[in-house]
Amino acid sequence: MTLAAPRPTAIAVATATPAAHAARGGRRGLFAGVAAGVVVLSAVSLFVGVSELTPAHLVRALAAAATGTGDAETQRSAMLLLVSRVPRTVAVLLAGAGMAVAGMLMQVLVRNRFVEPSTAGTVESAVLGILVVTIVAPGVPLMGKMAVAAVFALAGTALFLRILRAVPLRSVLVVPLIGLMLGGVISAATTFVAYRTDLLQSLGSWTTGDFSGVLRGRYELLWLTLALTVVAYVAADRFTVAGMGRDVATTLGLSYRAVMNLGLVIVSLVSAVVVVTVGMVPFLGLVVPNVVSRLLGDDVRRTAPWVALLGAGLVLVCDLVGRVVRYPYEIPVGVVVGVVGSVLFLHLLLRRDARVA
Amino acid sequence: MIQVSGAVKAYGDVRVVDGVDLALAPGGITSIIGPNGAGKSTLLSCVARLLDLDGGTVTVDGLDVHRTASDVLARRLSMLRQDNHLTARLTVRDLVAFGRYPWSKGRPTPDDDRLVAEALAFLELEPFAGRYLDELSGGQRQRAFVAMVLCQGTDYVLLDEPLNNLDLRHAVAMMRLLRRAADELGRTVVVVLHDVNVAAAYSDHVVAMRDGVVVHQGAPSTLMRTEVLAEIYDLELAVHHLDGRPVAVPAL
Repeated sequence: MTLAAPRPTAIAVATATPAAHAARGGRRGLFAGVAAGVVVLSAVSLFVGVSELTPAHLVRALAAAATGTGDAETQRSAMLLLVSRVPRTVAVLLAGAGMAVAGMLMQVLVRNRFVEPSTAGTVESAVLGILVVTIVAPGVPLMGKMAVAAVFALAGTALFLRILRAVPLRSVLVVPLIGLMLGGVISAATTFVAYRTDLLQSLGSWTTGDFSGVLRGRYELLWLTLALTVVAYVAADRFTVAGMGRDVATTLGLSYRAVMNLGLVIVSLVSAVVVVTVGMVPFLGLVVPNVVSRLLGDDVRRTAPWVALLGAGLVLVCDLVGRVVRYPYEIPVGVVVGVVGSVLFLHLLLRRDARVA
Repeated sequence: MIQVSGAVKAYGDVRVVDGVDLALAPGGITSIIGPNGAGKSTLLSCVARLLDLDGGTVTVDGLDVHRTASDVLARRLSMLRQDNHLTARLTVRDLVAFGRYPWSKGRPTPDDDRLVAEALAFLELEPFAGRYLDELSGGQRQRAFVAMVLCQGTDYVLLDEPLNNLDLRHAVAMMRLLRRAADELGRTVVVVLHDVNVAAAYSDHVVAMRDGVVVHQGAPSTLMRTEVLAEIYDLELAVHHLDGRPVAVPAL
């Protein structure tokens, strides 16, 4: 933490205004580059799978669609693309961006670098919510399940914050520890109920993120996360101000409670949607915002697009790895993200200046 | 005009602020002094609506601070608390720019940008503008927060022990700066201070508190008398005049 050797981004922004403009321009260029990379990977993702589908098939299918002709083979390609591959890729991107942004919001609002929906009881509560609704009203459509899961997620997160207020926080690590313990208690109760009601297998599908089951008609709820991400971006400055604490926020004329509530609703809804549609993706909301914060600071207006983009990109890469590494079998993305994420998380925890985190 | 009438703030059975009546005229620097636990910081927080009152009212330019919309007050009154620990990594420029939030709501105009630049210049923070707050020394960070509060452009600026953690040189620089904020920028500065000599040297008006009540107020010259200081601090202090300035010195 010497003043003589600030981080690269700090140097870039530190000097006079033209340099700051140049830095901003460079960042935009880099952002466009990374975005292009994600687009390329998304295209690759369309053609990775057990059923053979190549770009040539796609061209033929498009041509056939344009001319209104086409044999059984091209119809099969078009079908595969529209029903399975495109929905899967879109779901990966939406879930990745949504979970990463949810993690960032939580870190800003709780003012702790180590919280995210899966280290704060939020995800576990959402899972409990789905279990309850599955037992009590099995016929409820997906939207209804999502709503119940969101309400549970909100309640679980509120409980987490309540506990935080009551416990003396002597170390930054106490906060995620409390969250993990709370999550552990909730998921123990969930497992017990699921065991008694023969729903352990369903439980597995909610707790392990997996995109292999994504088909047209079963992922569209995830578009809601895009809407919520946009809301988060629109309110970015409020979140940054609220992240400076209640007193600073009040002095600046911001209703701290209102912003806090908005943030928690966004986080809970995103978690619920992701758990209901594809299952829990751990560590994502932790790793991506922390990496972005290291490089770009914590002005939400500046970081939110990066967090969303890198979250989508990371999940996409992990999903591709999971599909390729044991081809033709698949490893669930939750497992791959869990491995990659936990390594990165340990690195964040153990790095020398973790105290400023 | 800040008008405090019958202000009471209690924690459990302890009335930390116990019926304070105070009228602070616009302009100049007002210091609030007194021993630890006198209720100075609590009173300041109540004036800035960071704490609710258990009795009485506080008005700023006729607006009841606990009833007026918070964003309206944010354009008249700003406050800097004592310990400002941010977990967020923000650059000095970002932080100061957020001082404009009550006006810009996150959409800064060229005017806002100019005011941010002026605030950075006023506190001589330009060389550090792009640094993250966690890369600054304590004194620089404190200056960054003061720049933010000044950048808010409010008539009233409240500061709770801004000299905390500053060495002598930085403390003097901070007080001179507040003096300039009052004299050149026309701000009304209300500041909680520990050091009675600093308060006497730089203030126009001094309010002394003890046990939650105001025990003395007036020009610094009325404060710097052995019997007045004894009543405030329960301590024998000899007042000497050095170069025409009163200095209180405790007996050994």
